[in-house]
Amino acid sequence: MNFWLFIPEFTITALAFGVIGADLFLAKENKKYLPWISSIGLIIVLGIALNYLLGKQENLYGGLFLIDDFSMFFKVFFLILGLLVVLISSEYVKNHIKHPGEYYGILIFSILAMMLMAASGELLTAYISLELLSFCLYVLVASGRYGEKSTEAGVKYILLGALASAFMLYGISQIYGLVGTTKFADINLVLIADNSSSLDLGLIMGIVFLVAGLGFKIAAVPFHMWAPDVYEGAPIPITAYLAVGSKAAAFALLLRLFSNGFISIMEDWQMVIIVISALTMTLGNLVALAQSNIKRLLAYSSIGHVGYLLMGVVAMTPLAFDGIMLHLVGYGVTNLACFMCIIMLYNTTGRDDVAGYAGLADRSPFLAMSMSVALFSLAGLPFFAGFTTKFYLFTAVANEGLIWLVGLAILNSLISLYYYLMVIKAMYIDGSDDTSPLVFSRYSLGVLSILVVSIFVVGVYPGPLVELIQEASQSLFSYIP
Amino acid sequence: MDNYLLISLILVPALAAIVVAFVPREKISEIRILSGIVAFALFVMSVYAFINYDKDVGGYQFTKDFAWLDALGIQLSMGIDGISTTMVLLTGIVSFTAVLISWNIEHRAKDFFVLFLLLVSGVYGVFVSLDLFFFFFFYELAVLPMYLLIGVWGSSSDFVTFIRNKEYAALKLMLYLVAGSILVWVALLAVYVEGDMNSFSLLKLQDAELSEDFQRLYFPMFMVGFGVLAGLWPFHTWSPDGHVSAPTSVSMLHAGVLMKLGAYGIIRIGVDLLPQGAEYWMPLLMILGTINVVYGAVSALSQTDLKYVIGYSSVSHMGYVFMGLATLNATGMGGAVLQMFSHGIMTALFFALVGVIYDRSHVRDIGILEGLSKRMGWTASFFAIAGLASLGLPGLSGFVAEVLVFIGTFKDYPIFGVLGIIGAAITAVYILRLLGKVFFGPISEDWKTLPDANNVEKFSAGILVLFLLVVGLYPKPWMDLINTGLSPLIERVAGL
Repeated sequence: MNFWLFIPEFTITALAFGVIGADLFLAKENKKYLPWISSIGLIIVLGIALNYLLGKQENLYGGLFLIDDFSMFFKVFFLILGLLVVLISSEYVKNHIKHPGEYYGILIFSILAMMLMAASGELLTAYISLELLSFCLYVLVASGRYGEKSTEAGVKYILLGALASAFMLYGISQIYGLVGTTKFADINLVLIADNSSSLDLGLIMGIVFLVAGLGFKIAAVPFHMWAPDVYEGAPIPITAYLAVGSKAAAFALLLRLFSNGFISIMEDWQMVIIVISALTMTLGNLVALAQSNIKRLLAYSSIGHVGYLLMGVVAMTPLAFDGIMLHLVGYGVTNLACFMCIIMLYNTTGRDDVAGYAGLADRSPFLAMSMSVALFSLAGLPFFAGFTTKFYLFTAVANEGLIWLVGLAILNSLISLYYYLMVIKAMYIDGSDDTSPLVFSRYSLGVLSILVVSIFVVGVYPGPLVELIQEASQSLFSYIP
Repeated sequence: MDNYLLISLILVPALAAIVVAFVPREKISEIRILSGIVAFALFVMSVYAFINYDKDVGGYQFTKDFAWLDALGIQLSMGIDGISTTMVLLTGIVSFTAVLISWNIEHRAKDFFVLFLLLVSGVYGVFVSLDLFFFFFFYELAVLPMYLLIGVWGSSSDFVTFIRNKEYAALKLMLYLVAGSILVWVALLAVYVEGDMNSFSLLKLQDAELSEDFQRLYFPMFMVGFGVLAGLWPFHTWSPDGHVSAPTSVSMLHAGVLMKLGAYGIIRIGVDLLPQGAEYWMPLLMILGTINVVYGAVSALSQTDLKYVIGYSSVSHMGYVFMGLATLNATGMGGAVLQMFSHGIMTALFFALVGVIYDRSHVRDIGILEGLSKRMGWTASFFAIAGLASLGLPGLSGFVAEVLVFIGTFKDYPIFGVLGIIGAAITAVYILRLLGKVFFGPISEDWKTLPDANNVEKFSAGILVLFLLVVGLYPKPWMDLINTGLSPLIERVAGL
């Protein structure tokens, strides 16, 4: 067995231990170097991954762990995401988090978990990776220094998360009991070989439980209840990370599992996902209308986006999977930019309610402009990532004849525009008594500029990115006989 | 070089917007001059396109394609035919004069010009795109800056019984227009899927075999979706509120050009891609268009706010465009497109002049303004010309367009033709009443010190008046151009 294929995972594990270890030996005033160690380490891991694994299609442990363009795409996605989260965290952690070493160390462990999730070709490996991710996130959510909200969020998350894991494990045991294997590809073979006209009820139960467990991770309705509270209570960079990272990891698993494992019984589960998708986008966007806290607002908006992404799962074509991955990238950069603005404002004014944004256009024109760009991108207006990625995803789904579902999604985009406009209205039209200009560090302005520019790049020039994504989804479909 | 003309029309304002975004906000005069130069350059390029379009050859000219996203068959493909050339010229004229009119903006001038240039870029993009994706991309881009342009720089209206504040108008406009574009988006995707060519190219999709049922199902979505932006009754209510609340130059561009995007969308995408659907639904458009004409005119009659009169007259005049389109014959459609051009210039002139009056007097109430011609001679005469064009006086552009629309309508729908003429008669009533009350007659004490329009404003209004006169007296270049654009379209409809 070629263990070189595992080298990014080995190095990132070493990095995580290294960061925690360095924390023990660094004097208090030198802890500010931790984010630098983490980000340089992540760049090195990224380099190693690209150097050793690019273009390879192999597997480890007899198919438990797959190396292909799909897992490679998500490896790179998660590593870059991790890097960006470290970058947007550094000032926040300095002010609001007690143990920076653990924060960064556990963050890096969670990146490892997400990389494993995207690469696992078997249910138990996937489950263990998912648990590793969940445990890291439980700790990170509760790592806020002050306030009961962070603790409350952590407890809520761990209790509901445990329940979701139990559901998932039960689903896995059900499937194993009836099919006799946990490998995605073998499940598919067994299902194809099975000639009986209707599906075993136990198997349907198993899939439903799996969907419930994964639905919890991506915060799909009706498993979304934890999301707003946890998003509100968690440290802001972790909220951004939850919204993008854990969602993308769960989608990576969902895509691989449903395309490689359950594609032959598509008719049996398609309707469930259609209903969940329609409910998720509608409920997410409608409830977002009533929010006055920006983190809760974005939590519901992210639920809305999950609804759009689930449409792509229903479509089950390479084009639709391209759409999902592209939208994950577009949503990812947009959301990070949005949260970077929230962090910057929170660090200077301590406000995270929508009313706290009043008069921002006069106090910091650049921050207001960046926030507007991010919000318009989330609403799906052109020039920005959101428009292009949504258009791609919606076109791919419409191609499969689901035009009514796409119509619902487009209607939801209109609803979402309303609550994003309310934030923009606060920034540009409403006045505020305090008109003192806000001053930000060059570092945070630099990070924000990078994110805003990426929103434009994905929106205007998505060609190269789409080519990479196409290779990824092709490799995923190449396993299907 | 000619091949890069159209992409420059999009990129020049977009890049200028980015450049302006990096100029320090104190340097207002630099920002103004840069925007002025850009708008003038666009004006020159638009005139160049208008003159150099070869009418004998016809079809799409100045074409250029750029690869963009092969996976979905999206190309940035551009080209203009007779109809879009006319619209490009309109955009050039109105955006140039609008920048001149907004010369005095002080409040957050930098943000204003960034958004304004983006808006111009979006408008040009719609008129020159031959790919449905980019058509829609620029269509949405043109809507995007409106919320802030009205919300930040607009003005609220204070009536005796109620207040229409600018936030209300901005939000209403934004939500109406985006709701319209939802229908367009769904219908676009449906055409893409049904066409089954893995292409968003307008020219390729023209050859797609779309069944008659499909066309009948989706044409109303284009008609209503684009109709919202064009002010189609009963989806017009955003338009008077929005145009009244918007700052002068934005009203000019929005009423003058953006509403035409909607009508252009109905022609370019609705009729061109779904001719059978168009044929089936056009009687409905005729009914709605006639209601637009009469309802808009009657509403304008009862307004007391100068800007609302103009706002409702826009609704009324867009009705002629719908009526002309609904005839589906060369005369009527030619009239409709010329009316788009003529109304664009005329309404831009109206809003510019109302802006001048409001800027000086801070009043828009017809009951209070009296006899302004004594003090504001230039403004009054320009306003009179715009008004006469609006009521269809021969010799001005409005006459030519409306006569063509009426002739076209009488061929198939004589009753609606009569109603349309009644609408024109009501227009004469409110315009003449307005002219008589506000400009001519005795001047009241309050207005004896009002200064007239300054030279920049006179120049800007003069350009608009010039085009009203030229089109009115010698419409041939415009009509030839429009007819080269329309003839393939009409053949497509007739051939079915």
